[in-house]
Amino acid sequence: MSLISAKDVTVCYDAAPVLSHVNFSIESGEIVTVVGPNGSGKSTLLRTLLGVLTPSKGTVTPKPGLSVGYVPQRLSVDTSMPITVSRFLSLPHKKSDAEQSHALERVGVQGFETRQMVDLSGGQFQRVLLARALLAKPDILILDEPTQGLDQPGVAAFYRLIEDVRNETGCAVLLVSHDLHVVMSASDRVICLNGHICCEGAPTVVSETPEYRALFGLGTQGALALYQHAHDHVHDGDCDHHDHAHEDHANA
Amino acid sequence: MLDDFFVRAALAGVGVALAAGPLGSFVVWRRMAYFGDATSHAAILGVAMALGFSSSVFLGTLVAALGMALLVNMLSHKGHSMDTALGVLAHSALALGLVAISFIQGVRVDLSAYLFGDILAVSRLDLLVIWSGALVVTGLLYWRWSALLTATLNRDLAQASGINPRREELVLTLALALVVAVAIKVVGALLIAAMLIIPAAAARGFARTPEHMAIGAIVFGAASALAGLGMSLWLDTPAGPSIVAAAAAFFATSLGRRKA
Repeated sequence: MSLISAKDVTVCYDAAPVLSHVNFSIESGEIVTVVGPNGSGKSTLLRTLLGVLTPSKGTVTPKPGLSVGYVPQRLSVDTSMPITVSRFLSLPHKKSDAEQSHALERVGVQGFETRQMVDLSGGQFQRVLLARALLAKPDILILDEPTQGLDQPGVAAFYRLIEDVRNETGCAVLLVSHDLHVVMSASDRVICLNGHICCEGAPTVVSETPEYRALFGLGTQGALALYQHAHDHVHDGDCDHHDHAHEDHANA
Repeated sequence: MLDDFFVRAALAGVGVALAAGPLGSFVVWRRMAYFGDATSHAAILGVAMALGFSSSVFLGTLVAALGMALLVNMLSHKGHSMDTALGVLAHSALALGLVAISFIQGVRVDLSAYLFGDILAVSRLDLLVIWSGALVVTGLLYWRWSALLTATLNRDLAQASGINPRREELVLTLALALVVAVAIKVVGALLIAAMLIIPAAAARGFARTPEHMAIGAIVFGAASALAGLGMSLWLDTPAGPSIVAAAAAFFATSLGRRKA
């Protein structure tokens, strides 16, 4: 069975639907990227799949005993709380020093155990969050805009890391990105969300073309790919701002 | 040993510090300072209820504090700005309590005992109540510690780890009401929030982990209680405020010691 499946899910905030009639499922080992403009319900979808939000209609069914590794979009550690990286990795369950050091090394921040969480840079913080998620030995990694604030080589490096982790552990990956067109090339599927699922497909790997090199420069080593949107419907009313002319980019 | 009023007072102060240290750390981390105020001010309303119904003051304050804490907890989930609502609730509860006490016939009430504490008059029974309450709160926090910490850092992160953040908030709410009920005798309704926040804030500068901070807060709280009592004895100052003043002095010395 699917790791998590959502059936005809509608989620409302104060009676206004943020997601309507979304069907979604993710299989073992699959990498799925969810893209969409701001306010399109990406985080809402993740939080509904996590069980934080209860859908107004429809059902979300996780596989029994599913282990989830979650990397939230923002985690602000209040400066009033002293907490070392090592202590953070042991939340909520105690992890041995060896496990911690292995996880930190895996994500490229080895030896960070005694640092204070509030002293980490944005990129280091993301990696520690990922290390903590991996320590749960997840069946599925759920990441909410993990590359926010990283530059393009940083994004590419992070995507390569996620891909390697998937290849090593076989966990599924569900990743949200605010970038509509440039996605992780290892994605098996890209879902474009805007209150509902607008379109779904595989990213186009164009890393060999000169245009790609012109667009991304060198050093991303094929970690990025373009996603060509294929929207077959128009929105009415208040959804006019929704951009259905994405195809231009892919043809550039 | 317990025959000596000073020994009883010292034990009462240490008992309160034991519970207030770890709970106060959460109050600081979650920025719930005003929450503590509202809950402790409601205790005065509880005193009025207890006197009115001739029940125990401990029970009255516990019920009132619990009611207020649950109300505030519920309001905070409505997502509105809490500042004004908390201000209204905290001060109305205090004012209503004071008004209600003035209506009670036939009882000579020493109001200042409830507002500022009456630690030098702690009886053996009081001591039993204080230590039972403190041990229940400390045990509760110890039991839920990891889940509480995770939920404090990030609700969604907690949920993904199978922790229900609402349940953990309820644990803190219950613990807060219990601490208010046991601490009113020691520092009084007006200064309970100070005993929660100041020792924890002082411990922050010396701590590298949440556990260090909680233990440090117990140490500072206990030291403040003893120092305040000593000061009260030798300088004839009111005991509750002296304890809080001692805590403030510890906080001042801890400034500039914030470890990165």
